Order: sequence, then structure tokens, then C-alpha cells
Amino acid sequence: MSENTGVLVHCEVTGGKFAPIAIELLGAGSRLASELGQELSAVLIGSDIGGLAQEAIACGAKKVYVIDEPSLKDYATEPYLMVMEKVVQQALPSILLLGQTPSGRDLAPWLAFRLNTGATMDCMALEIDPATRRLLMTRPVYGGNAQAVQVCKTDPQIAAVRTKAMAPSAKDDTLQGRVINIEAGIDSASLKTEVVERKIEAAVGVRLEDARVVVAGGRGIGSAEGFQQLEEVAGLLKGVVGATRPPCDARWVPDSRQIGITGKIVSPDLYIAVALSGASQHVSGFFSSKVIVAINKDPEANIFKVAHYGIVADWKAALPAFTARLKQVVG
Amino acid sequence: MKNIIVCMKQVLDPEIPLSLFHIDTEARQAIPPKATPPVLSPFDENALEAALKIKDTQESNVTVISLGKKLNRVVVSSALAAGADHLVLLQDEAFSDFNTYLTAGALAAAIKKLGPYDLILCGLQAADTNTGQVGTGIASMLGIPCITAARKVELDDDKVRVEKVSADGSEVIEAPAPAVVTTNYEVGVLREPGVEAFMSAAKKPITTWNAQELGIETAGTDCFNMVQMYEPVQEGKCEILEGASPEEKAEKLVTRLTEVKVI
Repeated sequence: MSENTGVLVHCEVTGGKFAPIAIELLGAGSRLASELGQELSAVLIGSDIGGLAQEAIACGAKKVYVIDEPSLKDYATEPYLMVMEKVVQQALPSILLLGQTPSGRDLAPWLAFRLNTGATMDCMALEIDPATRRLLMTRPVYGGNAQAVQVCKTDPQIAAVRTKAMAPSAKDDTLQGRVINIEAGIDSASLKTEVVERKIEAAVGVRLEDARVVVAGGRGIGSAEGFQQLEEVAGLLKGVVGATRPPCDARWVPDSRQIGITGKIVSPDLYIAVALSGASQHVSGFFSSKVIVAINKDPEANIFKVAHYGIVADWKAALPAFTARLKQVVG
Repeated sequence: MKNIIVCMKQVLDPEIPLSLFHIDTEARQAIPPKATPPVLSPFDENALEAALKIKDTQESNVTVISLGKKLNRVVVSSALAAGADHLVLLQDEAFSDFNTYLTAGALAAAIKKLGPYDLILCGLQAADTNTGQVGTGIASMLGIPCITAARKVELDDDKVRVEKVSADGSEVIEAPAPAVVTTNYEVGVLREPGVEAFMSAAKKPITTWNAQELGIETAGTDCFNMVQMYEPVQEGKCEILEGASPEEKAEKLVTRLTEVKVI
């Protein structure tokens, strides 16, 4: 085995703050590092982010690598890859954690191929194997029908971790650590790809991924008009409407509303599944939600195996009754 | 004439009912159900659609490459019926669904062997392994850029132009051709071939290569050990709210949700 040691966490920054996944990865990294009796370190890439290093230290990082340059303000594959490669080669970690986010999904495989190791994507659980001291990484396969547990034989063991799968780190401002500033040293002439346009799309209301309440419909809703009734419930609960794949394919709702392995992963406090059977592909996208409610006329539907509360009834009768009752309570 | 390559994987139908899905816990992989044929991975169908959209507007030759231990001719040939011009099958007992490095290496070797290319398209991730690394692996091995999770792909004179969703909006990325692009579901559903398309597909060329013909090493290429594979146990602790009418059931549900403080 190589001489690599310790856990390195890539802390994503958005809008000048740590993204929630950064704090979750620091929590997971801290736990793994202490089980191994090794050190936790963090890498921060961005522009004007120096102030965040202390927060990473408060979360347990003993070393924080900071690459702070205006050109790194937004994520782009090539410069971030160059910087990450540089940091990994300096830090030589045994474990490298990234988020299963747009940038983590892009970056983790590149790092694996560049560093001659392997990346495990969409990890939902991370444990240290007591016998071998290697990282056991659990992830969904076959559209969520099964879970695979795998071990990477080479270092660094790279894991891209699903958001909200790990408990966020506690913070202790008395903890000490060292900040290591690193020059990006990117020769812009060597970059092949160029981001020619960046559009901030003002999300209308809350984003599906961030919603506290999600009201999702399946094939059984039957029409775009049917989804209007779900919108009404979502409106009352300040939530967002989601869907399984068939309603998106049928254009009743935009593709951006799709929840599941082939769409978005959500983890709200309340997930209301209406007229959907609960195919693994879809369930895999929301099953970590706190409270799951199912409304379906088929008592044998798989969704009732996943839900906490269920109403066995045709949604066309149950949903208006639920809406009316909600109006009395929250309206 | 543009040369576009699309990598498509044959997978277990991800939509099969749970009752037909079983894991071989010893071999740590799914047991293919006898009654349900495999399908082309849905994201790879999106990739083929992206290629055909380019072919709609400029003269292009679309080559589909599929890799596996054993490929179902009927399934993979559907890519020809949908509009691809040439099918290349990479078949070898040494191939494995879960060995990303070997898969990317074999595809990269086949692409080199096929000659000049302008664009390589892959699905965002396979529907079985759910990993999403093969496109990047091919790019890394061929020394070309890779742009992931595209919702729109254009091929200009010597430039690949990609629109993709970013953390807070969208971005347009350009790279010199050739490049690898992986596609999201937003590029569109694969078109349905007509009856004539199936007839003409039968006349299109199919090439078959094994690992030796590709000149690649297969042993010792997997840096992973699959330790375990299992079907998650579902809790089945659902409280069914009973009542004489929908109103009564709904009232009970709202009460429960208030009690657990989610509304």
C-alpha cells in the first residue's frame, strides 16, 4: 500500500459561504479520520474565500489548503482539476471526499483517471473496514434496486458523497489548525475548454432540491391539469411539485421536476407521493425524506413499503379532501 | 462530413417490477430475468438522440459502439433503426459491467481504431452501475476535453458547443473538436423508428471486436473489490389512515402531519 495518509475533504463554496455538503463532508471526514487515527484536512477553492478556512478548522480540519484567486470564482473543469491535482499530490491523502453535486460529479472521475485510482460515485454510507482499514463505500446500483458496497484498492480512495447523507459537522471555535495558501499557477493558454456564457437562472420560488415540502405525482395523475391540483397543495405548504419520469416524458411537467436516479435527488421534511407506484428508480431520489406520505388506490403499491403514512384511495377523491382540510389548518 | 461516435450500454431494464429483480449475492451482480430482455441504457438513448439532432442539420456519420460480455443483437441493433449508420460491438468474456477503467480503455481503443472523429457522446451515467465515469475516462485516455451533463450539444466547424445546467443556472461551454460530451435527459427522448427504418437497419454494417483485436490488456485493470451487494430492506411501517370517506382519511392525515410537526 502507498504511504498516503489522512482524509482530505473538498469544501464547496457557494455565494461566499460553505455549501451544506461541505459541512456534511467535514462531519463524515472527521469521523473517518478519528477512526483511522489520522488527520482531517480540507481544500477550499474559489475567490475571496480565505475567511472560511477558520470555519473548516472549527469543524476539525487540522490543515486547510486554500487556493484563492479571482479566476476560480466559478467552477470550471480544467482549472479546478489542475488545482485539485496539485493539492492531492501535496497532501497525499488516503481518502478524498467530494460532494455528489454538479461539480463533484464532474471532478471526481477526472481525478480518479489522472491519479490512477478509482472514484465511487453517489455514496450514501462510508465506514472503515476494521480488518483492512480501507473505506467501505455504499452506493445504489441497478436504479436503486440494490446497494453495492465496494472498496478501492488504491489511494487516494475517492468518494463522491450524496447530499444530506451525512450528519453535518459540529463546530468548535477553540480547535486549532494550519492554513496553507497555494498558488493556482494556471496557464490560461493551456486550457482547452472555455465557459463562454454563464446565466444565473432566477429560480421561480424555492428550488426542488432545497424545498422543505415536495408534492410529487406519477403516471396516475394523467394530465397537466391534474398536476395543477398538486400545485395547489404545494402552494399551501410552501412546497414544490415534483414528478416521476412518465409525467416528464409526457410533458405534463417540465423535465426539471423529475425526481429519481435519472433526475434530482431530494430530501425534504415532508414528501407527498400522489398516484405513483414507487419504482426503485424514483424512490432512490427521495427515500431519505423525513416524513413520506403516499396516496394511491392500489394497497399493494410499492410506495406503501416506503411511506410512513398512507391513504388507500383514488387520488381524485383523496387529494381534494386533503386540500380542503389543509386550507382549514394552514390557510 | 462529421464523424460522431455514441457509446451505448446494454443494461437490465431499469423499469422492471421489483418482484422480477434478484441479486446473485455470491457473484455480487443482478440475475438477468429470463422473461425481460435487456434495454439500451436510457441516458445513452439521450446521447444517440443528441447525435441524430446534429445529423438532422449537417452531414454526419453516426457510429454506435456497445460493449459487454454478451450483447443482444436485437437490442443493440435498435440503435441502427433509430438512425445510426454503423454499429461496433465490443464483446469479450473479460469485460465487466462494473469495471470502469477497462470499459473506458476498450472504448477508447475502439475509437482510435475507427479513425478520425469529431465528437464522442456518452450518456450521463449507466442505468445499472449508476457511476457516470466512462465518458471522462475515454477523454482522459484520448487526451481530449470532456464536458459532462449536457442539455444541448452543437457541433460547429471545429468546435463543440454545449449548454449545461450549473449550480445556480446554466452555462455554455466551448471546446475544440474532438471532445467527449455526456448527455443529460434534457437533450431529449430518442426518436421512435418507423417500419422502414427497421428494414434499412438490417442492411447497415456491424463490426465485432474482442479485447485482443483491440490490443488491450484486461487483467488487473479493476482497482475495486466489490465487497457486497444486497437489496435494501424496506421498513414497511406505513400507517394506513382508515376512514369511511376520503374526507375522514384526509382529516386524520392532516392531524398526523401536524403532530409530527411537518406542517
